[in-house]
Amino acid sequence: MKFTLKIWRQENAKAQGRFETYQLDNISADCSFLEMLDILNEKLVNDNISLPVDTITFDHDCREGICGMCSLYINGRPHGPEQGTTVCQLHMRRFNDGDTITIEPWRAKAFPVIKDLMVDRNAFDKIIQAGGFVSVSTGGVPDANAIPVRKEDADLAMDAAACIGCGACVAACKNASAMLFVSAKVSQFALLPQGKIEAKERVQAMVAKMDELGFGNCTNTYACEAECPKNISVENIARMNREFFFSKLTLAKRESNGGGVG
Amino acid sequence: MSKSVIMLSSLTKKFLMAFAGLFLVMFLPVHLGINLFILPLTENHVEIFKEAVHFMTTNPLIKVMEIVLFSALFLHMIFGVILWFENRQARPVGYKVSQKSKVYSPASRFMIHTGIMVLLFLVLHFVNFYFVKLGLTSAPAGLNTPADNHDFYNMALNLFSQPLYSILYVVLICGLGVHLHHAFQSAFQSLGLNHPIYTPVIKGVGLVYSIVITAGFISIPIFFMLQ
Ligand code: FES
Repeated sequence: MKFTLKIWRQENAKAQGRFETYQLDNISADCSFLEMLDILNEKLVNDNISLPVDTITFDHDCREGICGMCSLYINGRPHGPEQGTTVCQLHMRRFNDGDTITIEPWRAKAFPVIKDLMVDRNAFDKIIQAGGFVSVSTGGVPDANAIPVRKEDADLAMDAAACIGCGACVAACKNASAMLFVSAKVSQFALLPQGKIEAKERVQAMVAKMDELGFGNCTNTYACEAECPKNISVENIARMNREFFFSKLTLAKRESNGGGVG
Repeated sequence: MSKSVIMLSSLTKKFLMAFAGLFLVMFLPVHLGINLFILPLTENHVEIFKEAVHFMTTNPLIKVMEIVLFSALFLHMIFGVILWFENRQARPVGYKVSQKSKVYSPASRFMIHTGIMVLLFLVLHFVNFYFVKLGLTSAPAGLNTPADNHDFYNMALNLFSQPLYSILYVVLICGLGVHLHHAFQSAFQSLGLNHPIYTPVIKGVGLVYSIVITAGFISIPIFFMLQ
């Protein structure tokens, strides 16, 4: 297959970026999108006799749709045209021969471009560090019925935990809001007994961090849900809202008397 | 505007926005119910209309509600602008290619625009009616001389006899309709109410509500234009 690629090139966070056009021929329809970029980069290396060669930088790691590193905004959609799929799982057969494909990085104030198509998503890690964990060891795998959990809650928690933190929700949102990501992380804990204990503090801390990092506000457009490669539901956002208001109303700041015995 | 207002959590801002919005949503059918009696629905529609206006302008409870209503409106507008402004800042560099408008709720993309249309409408509405009542502006002139500054019936007739006013009225109310279509279900989501069974119902009710309100209000100028 033959493609014309319009790719965003930017030296570093400060530099002025621009689109460069590349022609690519002889691409197999079974080639994945990232492999196609690998081929382009190899071509750039081979064609450029003079050094240093400036290959196109893009994020990727597992290439099997589970790590959340790949992050390309393809023809106006995060992770490209296929529903519920990361870029690494997208194949060139989804495009037509001769297509022009525009590839951009995620665009958000909280996700500054590092180089070309790679953006800095540390903001997500900071949100997780603010509260996206359970602070005590929950031990090994408990006996099947030691901690009763409703089947439905277990399923919902699992669905929320499917979030790979790629940032497609932020990229898709017209307000660059991180609500879908944060709500998935809040939900996966809030739904389960081990996570419930710290639920109130968690939601407050994570939301405060999200605001602080300069993500936009949710306007319930639901572009995030439509573009999420893991089909995370906006029901999580409503759950986070509930958790947040409930914790606001009930969280009493008491003087701590220190730890318990032992 | 104090700094503390901006420092409120994004979720709190959305909550207040939704709460105030839902209050405004409750007010519209009441207003529409009265307005419809401008149309010759019954023999004595003029009397009913005037009586309703009298009730609404004199009842002390309504006076209190009026204050609440204006506060809700003010809150809704202020937070609307703050949120819109913050959201613009969250993406300093935009995309070159964007297919979003095809896929997602177009109404939600134009909330600030339709909101401004509603504001324009309110300004017009205040100048022509509310401020007249307060004696701040003079009643709209026309064939029917209003008996006093509460005679909204004749004032409305004068206004709707101007096609330009009627067209503007229809256009702005359509803006309100689009606004409501997104706002209704969105408010519930912001308040944390999303449920596999009830949310589709809320969406359905929201759609019917926005259509009824829009159709109801624009039926009045359209009736006069067709005459
Ligand atoms: S590279 Fe790991 S999800 Fe795409």
